[in-house]
Amino acid sequence: MNDHIQPVAEAGPSMSGLQARSSAKLNSVARISVRNLDFVYADGLPKALKGINLDIPDRQVTGMIGPSGCGKSTLLRVLNRMYSLYPGQKATGEVMMDGRNLIDAGVDINELRSKIGMVFQKPTPFPMTIYENIAFGVRLHEKLSKSQMDQRVEWALSRAAIWGEVKDRLNTNAMGLSGGQQQRLCIARTIAVRPEVILFDEPTSALDPISTLKIEELIDELKQDFTIVIVTHNMQQAARCADQVAFFYLGELIEVSPAAEMFTAPKEQKTQEYITGRFG
Amino acid sequence: MPNTSPQHIVRSYDEDLKRLLEMISRMGGLAERQVADSAQALMRRDTELAADVVQRDAALDEMEREVEAFCVRLLALRQPMAQDLRLIIACMKISQDLERIGDYARNGAKRAIVVSQQPSLGSFNGFARMAEMVQENLKDAIDALVEGDAAKADAVWAADAPIDGIYNGIFREMLTFMMEDPRNITSATHLLFIAKNMERIGDHATNIAERVHFAVLGKMLTEERPKADVSASAVVRPPGE
Repeated sequence: MNDHIQPVAEAGPSMSGLQARSSAKLNSVARISVRNLDFVYADGLPKALKGINLDIPDRQVTGMIGPSGCGKSTLLRVLNRMYSLYPGQKATGEVMMDGRNLIDAGVDINELRSKIGMVFQKPTPFPMTIYENIAFGVRLHEKLSKSQMDQRVEWALSRAAIWGEVKDRLNTNAMGLSGGQQQRLCIARTIAVRPEVILFDEPTSALDPISTLKIEELIDELKQDFTIVIVTHNMQQAARCADQVAFFYLGELIEVSPAAEMFTAPKEQKTQEYITGRFG
Repeated sequence: MPNTSPQHIVRSYDEDLKRLLEMISRMGGLAERQVADSAQALMRRDTELAADVVQRDAALDEMEREVEAFCVRLLALRQPMAQDLRLIIACMKISQDLERIGDYARNGAKRAIVVSQQPSLGSFNGFARMAEMVQENLKDAIDALVEGDAAKADAVWAADAPIDGIYNGIFREMLTFMMEDPRNITSATHLLFIAKNMERIGDHATNIAERVHFAVLGKMLTEERPKADVSASAVVRPPGE
């Protein structure tokens, strides 16, 4: 039998990821603590997030699910201050990381984004070489020698599981890569600046199933070193990837549970209706 | 459970789950009938009815295979979650319990044929009572599944002890018959097995109840079930000792 693309799903003598995740306790150390977070897109509009309280555990995968408009992507955008680009959008409450409230006005957004990287739904490579795609972001934050930069590029591409496929064409245009490769390149670009937290906003919704599994396998690898938050519409993906899952509905956080519990015996009726496809 | 929750957005999914419950209902109905007829065949010394029971068991085996294939199909095509997942897994396991119940009923029917050819031995009151209680538990367990009623399942789960009690009585009675006259041994041994079969059927009914409890509430029944079968350590002294 061929090896599974995703070793996590394999049964073996050692504890598979799935078993480990269902039996192991969630890491109790929160990397980011969200407290009483409210968010509005503009004055006068209803709140897009209402009193959210959520701990994002260190070096684990937190999955966020919920129907469109439930607030999960909004929360992701609050976590790295994406909303600060738009006047009128306002977050109140606490998003604590390393003793600082990330939504305070005094926070250096560039520094914040080097700590909290984001991967988007559609692969967004820059129209430049593969090498430059990675080096570009690093140069904004660090001054590295040529050899140091070469090392960093190789490290990032390797961690994103794409080094083998691109090492012979680092100086070709990144736009020539396939969709799945582009997405892994974007992940490499994100980890190249060595963030602590990576936010994934529906990272595989534009990819084929095999590329999707490669990204999922990558996420499983990356969580050894990074704290990961993934917004996904694919329930099975949340079940496969996440250690804890948060279900949002109409701007409220309805339930947070370990993935194995959420998908076998959710606590809340609303969660149950959503994940079993009985909504509305 | 399907009858208390909103419908699925995909209507054919609801129809699939309804069909699964119907399959289990039908299978449960047939298993009940097998248990009832097996007991009737014994009590009325009706070898024809006993032969019918033996012959009908193949239908239960076939139904089990159908349920399993249908569940595998549902798992693959619907990728069920939460209550749906629990229900499908429960149905798959319940169909195994029902198939085993059928095997015990068939075995009882075969023995009833042998017993009917021997001189009668005592009354069948204990057997009648046991068969009745086992059938009732079986019916309630399947109803609990179809109605998504965890309380009903819990009641079945807790109601097995009296069945064990009757079994213990029959066990002692049969040992006594055997000691009184070795010519009773053939009948008494078969009757002992028949009683044990019914007791096992009762245990499978409680298994079903446990699975229903999990399907409905998402929690395992972890308590130790009240059990009263003490025959494993029972001794009857021969008369005169």
